[in-house]
This record gives sequence, C-alpha cells and structure tokens, in this order.
Amino acid sequence: MSSELTNVFAAKMLPQAELFSPGHRACQGCAPALAMRFMLKALGPDTIICNSTGCIEIISSSYPESAWGVPWIHVAFENSAAVASGVEAGLKAMMRKGRIPERKITVLAQAGDGGSMDIGLQAISGALERGHDMIYMCYDNEAYMNTGIQRSSGTPYGAATTTSPAGKHSFGQSTWKKSFAEIAVAHHIPYVATASVSYPFDFMEKLKKAAAVKGPALIHVFAPCPTGWRCASNVAVRLGRLAVQTAAFPLYEVVDGRFRITQNVPHLKPLKLYLQPQGRYRHLTDDQIEYLQAELRKRYAALVARAEATQE
Amino acid sequence: MGTRKGMEVSIGIAEAAMMANVDVIPAYPITPQTHIVEHLAELVADGHLDAEFVPVESEHSAMSAACGSMAAGARTFTATASQGLALMHEILFIASGMRLPIVMAVANRALSAPISIWNDHGDVMAERDTGWLQVFVENGQEAYDHVLWCHRVAEDHDVLLPIMLNFDGFILSHVVEPIEVWSPEEVKQFLPDYVPPYRLDVDNPWTFGAVGIPDIYAETRMAHNEALTDSQKVMEKAWNELSEVVGRKYHAVESYKTDDADIVFLIMGSVAETCMTACDQLREAGKKAGVVRIRMWRPFPFAEIAKELGGRKVVVAVDRALSTGGCGGPMASEVKGALYHLDKRPQVIEFIAGLGGRDITIGDFMDMYDKGVAVASGGALPRYELLGVRA
Repeated sequence: MSSELTNVFAAKMLPQAELFSPGHRACQGCAPALAMRFMLKALGPDTIICNSTGCIEIISSSYPESAWGVPWIHVAFENSAAVASGVEAGLKAMMRKGRIPERKITVLAQAGDGGSMDIGLQAISGALERGHDMIYMCYDNEAYMNTGIQRSSGTPYGAATTTSPAGKHSFGQSTWKKSFAEIAVAHHIPYVATASVSYPFDFMEKLKKAAAVKGPALIHVFAPCPTGWRCASNVAVRLGRLAVQTAAFPLYEVVDGRFRITQNVPHLKPLKLYLQPQGRYRHLTDDQIEYLQAELRKRYAALVARAEATQE
Repeated sequence: MGTRKGMEVSIGIAEAAMMANVDVIPAYPITPQTHIVEHLAELVADGHLDAEFVPVESEHSAMSAACGSMAAGARTFTATASQGLALMHEILFIASGMRLPIVMAVANRALSAPISIWNDHGDVMAERDTGWLQVFVENGQEAYDHVLWCHRVAEDHDVLLPIMLNFDGFILSHVVEPIEVWSPEEVKQFLPDYVPPYRLDVDNPWTFGAVGIPDIYAETRMAHNEALTDSQKVMEKAWNELSEVVGRKYHAVESYKTDDADIVFLIMGSVAETCMTACDQLREAGKKAGVVRIRMWRPFPFAEIAKELGGRKVVVAVDRALSTGGCGGPMASEVKGALYHLDKRPQVIEFIAGLGGRDITIGDFMDMYDKGVAVASGGALPRYELLGVRA
C-alpha cells in the first residue's frame, strides 16, 4: 500500500465538501449516517454508490430530495452487489469502446447487516467471486432497524430485538453474530477489512486502500444505532469505541490473505462497560455476561493468533 | 440484402445481439434459452463481440446487473425462461419503473410444479403486469429481426422501457431454420447507438431509485402507464423502418385469410404457423377459416383487436397458459375485454392448449374449428376447455 493513502490524521485536513449532505432524515445519533459522511470524504466525487433498500436508502432519497452528491442508484434489497457488478461492467465496456473517457471511478455497493449477511449474501458472494473492480461495504447496526429492530444474522448473542425478544424462556438472540468479513476472506479477494465509525481515520484509510486495489474489496463497518440498541443518542461513537476495546467488534484488515489487527487491544476492558448503556442487553445476568465475554475473548485470541500466523 | 443462413434460432438471436453491438450481457443458464448465452460467450471469447459477459450467480442477479449496466448507460441484453423469469419477477417491476431499456429474450417454458422444461406461455403470463413491453415471434427470422427491433424501440427516448422478446422454448429455440442475417450497413441504418438521457455520471450526478412517497407514487405509475401505451407509435414506426431496410413488414396484430372468414382463430407464438397450415386445409375443404395472430402483447392492441374481430360471429381463442381458478386463458380474457364495449361482438370460444410441451397438431385445430361451428349454429358455449386433457 502506498503511504500517500494514509497521511490524513487530523479532521481539518479532510475534504470540506459534504458529498453526503446534511438535512437527511436519519434518527438523532445515527452512526450509519456518519459512516456515509466519512465514506464519501475518503472516496471523493468520482464514486458511484449502489445502495440496497434499508435505513440509509430510506433516509437519504425521499423524492424530490436526495442527500447524495455522487451518482447513486437503489434497485432492491438483496441485490446491491449485483447492481454494482452491472455498473462496473457497463463502465468498463463503455470506456473500452470509447463511448466514455477512460477514468478511475470507484463503484461501491452497500447494505446494512440484514441486506448483507442475510438476504444479500448470495449476490455479494457472486460479485466477489467474479472479481469485479468494486467495493462492497456493509454498514452494520446489528439488526433490521428500518423495519423496526428485527434480528438478523448480524445481531449479537444475547441482544434483544423485536423478533428475538428476551422473556421467561429467552435471553434474546440465541445465535452468534456471523463472521461476515471472514466469509469475504474465503473468496480470496485482495482486500477485506473491518472498520468502525468510532475510528474514522482508520475507516477512511481502509476505504482508500479498498478503492486502490484492483478487484473486489470488502469493508464491514460497525455503526451503532441508538434507536435499535435502546441507548442515548449521544453515545453511539463511545459505544463503537467500547466494542473494539472489549473485543465485541475487533478491527483488522486482510491483505491478500494476511491478517493484521489495526487496533491492538492488549488489555481488553470488561464487556459489561459496553453492554451496560444498551437497553437491548439489560436482561442479561452476570453469568450470561461472563459467558459472552469469555467467548468474545476466545475469538479475539484466535484472531490475534491468525494475524501472527499469516504475517509475511 | 443480407445473407440467408441455416442456423438454430437461439444462435440467430445471439448473432443478432452481436450485430446490435451490445455492451453488457449478464447471463445465467436455464433451459431452453442456454444456447443464446453460450453462443454470446463464444462470440465475446473469440473477439467477434466487444462486450462484458457477466456470468452471474442467479437470474435475480442477472436482472439486477442489467439494471446497473443500463443505468451506467451501456446497451444491455440478456435471456431467460420459466423459473429464471419467475426469479427475476421482483426486479422486472423495478427495471421498468426506473425506465431502463433492457432487452430480454424469453424462451417461453412452463412453470413448475411439476417441473417441466417444455414450452407453454405460463412463464410470461405471470409477468404480464410488470410494466415491460412484450412481443411474441413465430419463427427464426422474426426472432432475429426483433432483437434489433427491440433495442431500437426500447432505447427510443419516447419509450425508455425494457422489452421482452417472447419465443417458444424448444419449438423455436432448438430448431434450425433459414435466417436472413443483416449486413452491418443495414444495422447501422436501422439501429443508432444508445444515448442515455440520464446515466450514472460522476460529472453530473443523478439519484436513481428514490423513495416515492404517497404524494408522488401514483403519478409515477400513471406516467409509466402512459409511456407504455404510447410506445405503440414508436413500435409501428420501427416496424416501418425495419421493412424499409430489410423488406419484411410486421404489425401489432397480423391476419391471415380473415377477409371472408366465418370462424377466426386467435393465437400467439410459433403455433400460429401450425394454425395457418390448418387454416389452409380448411379452406381447401371449402370452410371459411381465418387466423389472427397477436404480436404486440404489451401494450395490448385494443383498437386492432376490436377492428379485426368486432363484426365476427365466432372467435376461437387458443391460449398457451391457464389462469388457475380464474378466467381460464389470459389472452382470451384480455381479448374479451377489448371486445366488451362493442355493439356487435363475437362469441369467443376459449381453448387452453399445449401446456407443458403437449403437441398441438393440425388435427387439434380441425377439432377446435368444428366446435366453433357447433357454437355458431347455436351450441352451448363452454367457459373454456383444456384441449385434449385426460379426465
């Protein structure tokens, strides 16, 4: 990776232009909306966005208004990766045939966790396998928030949602969050990364790397949802940081199959600090929290080992 | 004048797409359309066609990728059938609602269950109201000509709608026929380059696929409906231009020996050719039979149907699909709708024939004619009959 991609370390050095404009209809404290703002600051105006149905699509494109300062297309829920395949192929053919000028244009497809890990997984796998020169980005707020906080395969163990409610016979989501980035790694694509809105420079650097590689790249960005997580609207960024510091959502990148942890956390914080401000976890007992913490730490240790094992 | 060559109709359709110089071909295999995309893959691999062949992982993604490439401004062609068309269903509405002029050949095939790879029109009838232009062809030459015609019509700025080119699976798709191929000069004269009025352009960013709140949704549907209905003018114009270039004249509704006919068959697709042969034999026996074939299925040719069938005594409508628990034959149902307001309207006898690849023979048409005669002489009019089906 060239070092010029990674030299922005102060907010004032970022581009001033807001290609994802204010005035959209996101909830107060929406971290996915923040992800959009950072994403376009990193990728710039020569970007085409293919958006799945979901929160970001709904809040940004209510006709006759649009928050998008770049070309943007929404077709359906499960297919943004397939739409982006077509956009990329179309641009490639038209440039080769001299119908539009040769130029580097970044094509990015995106969806939330439901649109990526559940209903959109087939189209994503197809697009990654075919080797399109595109970025796929999942903005993960850990449930179907747009339809009213239903569980997805990205919802973490123990979280209560409207379709995985806590009750006398239930402690909320009873399954483990899907390792989405690792599914992308299994496609042997040149670049895969997890990211978080709470680490904006790391996130933007990863987007620039994803745009620079030839072929498919995938970014899984963690984006807290105060509405769905039943927390105050001013804690989204803090929660994103705690998710990294407690190993609930580790940050790493995988370049040509080699894992590197991009935010090392030598001393993990107690998981309770991350869970406590969120209403979706309020039913969990200390024993359940202990079990959850042990499992997340085990997974983090495995990730660290994998990073060490795949170093050059 | 182009060269006449013997070729499988599917190969002919692929060769016509090559002549249209398509830019992107999202493709997924399904019987019986597979020979089209196989041949296009070969044409790209051998350098005869400069296009992106995108071997997607499903028909749903084929139609989604087609939306993407078309929105990027690239001429896009694909093909499917049956279950594949059904899997595209959701995205078909979006392609038309977003006014993306995709051209898709549909090798009509029955829908499962029970699974059947053979021909009928059940697949396309389930997509009747997707907002696409839809035409039917009867033979290899018509199929070839209409690939170029479809691009010409769909991409016209007064149309900007996707179009389905329906042709019978196996009965046409796998048959070798003599096809007169177009010369590059003829193609150039007939089919201009696609110039999108809007595209995903970083220098001029547009938002495609925005949310339609209740205040605007109905207006967009009305605009779509008007554009679809009005596109008949462009279709007629393109048929006229096609005839000037290659000398073959097509119409929205085509009639055969109907001038003095007592009983008129009404049909769509390749079986119309069998029907016309039956008609010839009936005429030889002194019986006044005629045939009306519907080529333009969407928009539906209300005026032409009323004009052609209005004053007749008996129409024998032969459908290739069944509206289960409903009207019976979808084509007959629409035709009756077109005739309802007329003062003098014919009795319409409805047959549903050839489901799931069951042969429709000349003898079957003779039987249907005799039943038409019986009704004309005051016999009971059945709601509809599934022809030749064992009880």
